[in-house]
Amino acid sequence: MNYVALKMLFGDRAKYLMLLCGLTFSVMLIVQQGSIFWGLMMWSQSSISNINAPIWVTDPGIAQVDEVKPIAATAVDRVRSVPGVEWAVPLYKGLLRARLASGDYHQITLTGLESSTLIGRPAEILEGRFEDIVQPDAVVLDQWTVERMGGPSVITVGTVFELNDKVARVVAIAKTQKSFTNIPVVYTTYERAIRYMPRERRTLSYVLAKAKDGVPTDLLIARIREHTGLGAFTAEDFSWKTITWVLKNTGIGINFGTTIFLGFIVGMAIAGQTFYLFTVENLRQFGALKAMGASGFTLARMILLQAFTVGLTGYGVGVGLATGFGVLAATGGELPFAETWQLLVFVLIALLTICAVSAAISIIKLARLEPAVVFR
Amino acid sequence: MMDMQTQPAAIRVRGIVKSFGAGNTKVTVLRGIDLDIYLGEMLLLVGESGGGKTTLLSAIAGILDIDEGDIDVLGVPLSSLPSGKRTAFRGQTMGFVYQQFNLLPALTAAENVAVPLLIQKMGRHDAVRKARAMLDRVGLGDRSEFLPKNLSGGQQQRVAIARALVNEPRLLICDEPTAALDGPNGQKIMALLREVGRSADRCVVVVTHDSRIFHYGDRMAKLTDGRIVGIEPITQEEMT
Repeated sequence: MNYVALKMLFGDRAKYLMLLCGLTFSVMLIVQQGSIFWGLMMWSQSSISNINAPIWVTDPGIAQVDEVKPIAATAVDRVRSVPGVEWAVPLYKGLLRARLASGDYHQITLTGLESSTLIGRPAEILEGRFEDIVQPDAVVLDQWTVERMGGPSVITVGTVFELNDKVARVVAIAKTQKSFTNIPVVYTTYERAIRYMPRERRTLSYVLAKAKDGVPTDLLIARIREHTGLGAFTAEDFSWKTITWVLKNTGIGINFGTTIFLGFIVGMAIAGQTFYLFTVENLRQFGALKAMGASGFTLARMILLQAFTVGLTGYGVGVGLATGFGVLAATGGELPFAETWQLLVFVLIALLTICAVSAAISIIKLARLEPAVVFR
Repeated sequence: MMDMQTQPAAIRVRGIVKSFGAGNTKVTVLRGIDLDIYLGEMLLLVGESGGGKTTLLSAIAGILDIDEGDIDVLGVPLSSLPSGKRTAFRGQTMGFVYQQFNLLPALTAAENVAVPLLIQKMGRHDAVRKARAMLDRVGLGDRSEFLPKNLSGGQQQRVAIARALVNEPRLLICDEPTAALDGPNGQKIMALLREVGRSADRCVVVVTHDSRIFHYGDRMAKLTDGRIVGIEPITQEEMT
């Protein structure tokens, strides 16, 4: 009877396409909105992922990566002295205004890396050589800085501009993940970053560190906290801390969460209702089968097969369309879009659940159906 | 007409009562029906609309629970069978022809005819092969791959008859089989039912209000207001 169930499902093409469209739209809505939401969250912690260091040592009261609380310059040596540390380097991060030759001002995030190791440098360079950052007045921009400052015709490798009345010369363009605030990032050495910035009592933003081979990162983090009294996190934990802060302290969590939740409810309601209506419209046919001797189990199996077939097809097409949107609209990191396997599994389970529930409702209705309906 | 009443009845209906609704809206549709139906005969259930014909037919087919009384079909006390066993019994021993054909629109004629065999777990290949042979018997061998929407009303009803007979049921239940057809097509369908459906080891029960086809039956039971008011054989004169 599986064959009959599938023929019933596919046979009325208009009804099937309507059902498929409802499910596809629901899945696409949830996956697309969920991926944009998660993409935004990834942007909120891009300062951490762009640096790519395993351990971040911070002020103990740090809330999130972009809310820098400077720590004493001695923190680097104190961290280096903790048993199990492979290396520890300083990182500067601060906001500054750049003045172009045209007189235009742009706010930038200045990132200072330790000059001898350049730990924290971006992985991909689009133009020039990152190593040239050690040359006098050298800075490296990311691609978003170039875009925000007017494009390659305005600023490129070799362009000179000012940071706090001091000369900065572009030696390379790096590729990074866009940040949540979309403030461009300018890289230079740690020592030069401090020179560019106005005088402050404390200039060290973070200490980046790594555990020696064989030393568990969690253990080392506990030791750093104990020995230095500073905050210490794995990059992953610091990312989560930042994401959590963004969710709690900005409207994004509530607003986007509400949109996704409503999208989920509407999508699932459409999916469930459409399938339920499909079954109800076929009730007379099922009644005829019941009169001819099809057992309740057989009919239930047919309905479940129909539900899961159309559900999985709708899931596949919906995920495909959402992914296509991601590929087309978010190529190059212009739009936040992070489609994770966890989201896909969640949507799959939710969809199969709603298909099972609507199928169950239909099965109950069918079980109560007197086959005599076919004589009316 | 075969000499039927010397043998035990294939269907014994005794004192059945059936009501719908409750309280002020309660309507009693069957008010104590007694009826015997024999193998080899075609019994017509006739009477005015609302007289209880279709309700009685549904009760005999075991697709409608009755409030009181007993129905034995081929020696099986239908009303005391659990629902699941009754469904299985129906699938093995009964065939149905409906007023509105009730063909599955997505299936071809052959696939529609094969459905009762598929329900009985016959392989699809064998079921469709047997269904095609049955369609040949009702004169639709050349239409076996047609969808119902591409068949005329008369052809659809012939497909429905083939479907009802494909698993060789002992009891053929027909509810107003000619009501959705014009006069000539109705006559053809009844002729086909009599020719193909009626046999010595099968009884055919037909609900109809169409007096033009009464002569195809062997006996006629008239229902009025939920009671059988007369059962009479149909004479040879009526047949002609």
